Amino acid sequence: MVKVIVTVRLKPGVLDPQGQAVMKGLNALGYEAVADVRFGKQIELRLNLADEEQRNGHGRLKQSIDAMCRDLLANPVIEEYTFEIVKEEA
Amino acid sequence: MHFAVVAFPGSNCDRDCFYAFSEVLQQKTTLLWHRDPWPADIDCVILPGGFSYGDYLRAGAIARFSPIMKSVVEFAARGGLVLGICNGFQVLCESGLLPGALHKNKSLRFKCEKAYVRVERTDTPFTNQCAPQQVLELPIAHGEGNYYIDKEGLKRLLDRGQILFRYCTPKGEVSEAANPNGSLLNIAGICNERGNVVGMMPHPERNVEAFMGNQDGLYIFRSIIQAVGGQVRR
Repeated sequence: MVKVIVTVRLKPGVLDPQGQAVMKGLNALGYEAVADVRFGKQIELRLNLADEEQRNGHGRLKQSIDAMCRDLLANPVIEEYTFEIVKEEA
Repeated sequence: MHFAVVAFPGSNCDRDCFYAFSEVLQQKTTLLWHRDPWPADIDCVILPGGFSYGDYLRAGAIARFSPIMKSVVEFAARGGLVLGICNGFQVLCESGLLPGALHKNKSLRFKCEKAYVRVERTDTPFTNQCAPQQVLELPIAHGEGNYYIDKEGLKRLLDRGQILFRYCTPKGEVSEAANPNGSLLNIAGICNERGNVVGMMPHPERNVEAFMGNQDGLYIFRSIIQAVGGQVRR
């Protein structure tokens, strides 16, 4: 099995009202050095590597995850994504 | 003519839309569950408001994979009329039938209030019964109605006249103060390039009878009937 950690963020330039509200909260608590807060989400997937390679071929895991991100996990109009693949012991 | 109203798990304005078309406008109307087969003689399909699939991941993101959406996409490709209201607008953007995206309101508040929108075009199947620049009073009820598109996309919308409704004051002035959610250019509703797919955040189905406050929603629904060559019976 592999674990995939996908991080989805709002693109730079897209207003993040939630981040703005939390920044104001931090500032109000006295953390005045905080100049910006941006929210994102982390999505963890577990993939069966053998199944994945059988379906999509050897060494195509990255392309496959990239497609998942584009197709569903992120909305490319307002979001960008990165991902990390972590090998797990069976 | 024949209207269809699609209900996804979590839709909550499907009955209101059904009532508006079947009872108020006396049109043949079918409520379609998202797994139902597509009737062959549909003239216009409505994707109603609500919280399809609990707004999980992003509003509208999962409804796109509902079995019925394949038919909706094919119907739109054939030139069929598609109207997405509120969550329906979000579904249309997520499914790629309309450009752009709807994200969290700038205020972070769920806005449930009266809104005014100015009709920017009257030569479309959805606005032909409106006067140029007519102001419609329609309720809004959403937390994620903040329309966003990148610069090139916005230019394309403007160049092709795809902006149909913009938030305005009761007198029709499009201003920052009249913008309830932070949408770019006060955008409340847009159409695709071909003009047969429309998404809008305000709820026309909530203003169709006098007791609701006004009947401004009927301008939009009667436009559709006119466009298809149906008869307005009331």
